[in-house]
Formats: sequence, C-alpha cells, structure tokens
Amino acid sequence: MTTAEKYVTAAYCVVFGLVLLYVVIIALKLRRLEREVDALAARPEPTPEDDPEREPVQVG
Amino acid sequence: MARIPLPALAAASLALVTTALALVFFVAPTDADQGFSQRIFYFHVSIAFTAYACFIGGAWKALVHLWKRDPRADLESYVAVHQGVIFGVLVLLTGSIWAKISWGHWWLWSENQLVLFLVLFLFYCAYFMLRYSLDDGPQRANLSAVYALFGVILIPVSFLAIRLAARFIHPVVFTRHGPNFHGWILVTYCVSQVALLVLAYTLYRVELAGKRLDIRLRELRRAYA
Repeated sequence: MTTAEKYVTAAYCVVFGLVLLYVVIIALKLRRLEREVDALAARPEPTPEDDPEREPVQVG
Repeated sequence: MARIPLPALAAASLALVTTALALVFFVAPTDADQGFSQRIFYFHVSIAFTAYACFIGGAWKALVHLWKRDPRADLESYVAVHQGVIFGVLVLLTGSIWAKISWGHWWLWSENQLVLFLVLFLFYCAYFMLRYSLDDGPQRANLSAVYALFGVILIPVSFLAIRLAARFIHPVVFTRHGPNFHGWILVTYCVSQVALLVLAYTLYRVELAGKRLDIRLRELRRAYA
C-alpha cells in the first residue's frame, strides 16, 4: 500500500467512523426515550379520587 | 419528500453510498495530475456541498419560523444546522488528510479558503452556544433563527474564496463553464453527491424524529407531574 492509498483509506474510514458514531449516539438516545415511554406507560392512570377538586357529576 | 418512510430512505442511503464507494475505488480512473489522492475529492467535495445545503436548509427553516412563528420550523432549522456542523467536521478532516498528502501539511493558515471554511464552521458552532445559553421559549427560537439566517451569507464567501484566493493551490472543481471533469469521474462525483445528500437527509429525519419524541415526552411528563 502506498502512502497516498493509506491516507485515502484513512479519509474514508474517518467519514464512516464519524457517521457510525452519530448513528450509535442517536440509537442510544432513542433507546433512552423508549425506556421513558415504557416508564410512563407503566404508571397507573389518574383516577377521580386522585383529584380532590373534581366532583362527581350526573351524566345523561 | 417528507412523506418518504424512514426505512426506505435508510435503504436508499445505504445502496447509494455503497455504489458511490464502488465507483470511487473500482471504476473511476486515477487522476493523471494528483494520482490516487484525488479519490478523496469525490467525498470531500460532496460533503462540503452537503454541509452548505444543510446550512441553507437551516436558514430557510429559520426564515419560515420568523415569518409564521411556527415552533416546528425552529426545531427543523436547529436540526439542519446540527447536520451541517457534523458534515463540516467531515469536510475539515478529509480536507486535512488530502492537504497532508498533496501539500505536506495538515493545515495552512495562509490559505484563505481553508480559513474561511473554518470561520463558517466556527460560526455555526457558536449557534449552539447561543441557543443553549437562552431559556427555552420564543426568544431563543427567534434569536437562533436570526443567527442561522446571518450565517448563510458566509456560504457564498466561502465558496468563492477558492476562486478569489491569491495562490490557486486548492483545486477548482467547478468553473464558469461547468465541472472541471468528464466521463466516469463526473459520474462518480454525481453519484457520491446524491448519496451524501440522501444520507444527510436520512440522518436529518432520524434526528428530527428523536427530538420531536423528546419534546412530546417532556410535555407528557409535565402533564403527569
């Protein structure tokens, strides 16, 4: 491998290394968001008893 | 284009980048003047134009935000500028590697075109400092939009600097009469350019989807609290 070939290979490796790093960072962030969505979904839904200011109203 | 599903965009990016690489290394002829090192240019020039496209896209979205006061446009402008900065890093790195082979130096402060691109890059890096020094809200969005619009003025300066430089040691790829190359070299360059634009757009859409999800989650958390 000549010096020029080594440098050209290095340049392309740098490009794909950085793009890959970016994709990994975004993937980690999306995984964190997924965990947070799961945590929110696992919370019990608020019931009328949770809100003391709400009064029961006759419907219909 | 916003309606193209992300998996399709990702597949297109992968196919185009693979084709571009095959053309760069196996089809394009070796340049008689610069030799093998000229092969860096297929991606270096394409990445530079992609970075400019991202900055112009960011400025356009900033204008839309200032015009319509649409918070979605502010987020889109931010993500486009972020992509532009990422591609700017790649321009500086690939350019430095090429300079080391051809000029024997990683960087030359005497070359206006290099310094002007660095100024453009640092200008957009400062965009993030400005954005994160302000609290979330309309003021931050408006100031960021004005800053992104100002930055776009530097793009023609940076582009023309290659022609206006006192010493023409940076190769001029595009002249007044069109591109400075033909045949397979032109085909390889065009495929590389399209591949990088599609890749940048895919990354833009992925990041934008993540940011929107983050914002919605924050709102939900606030509602639950």
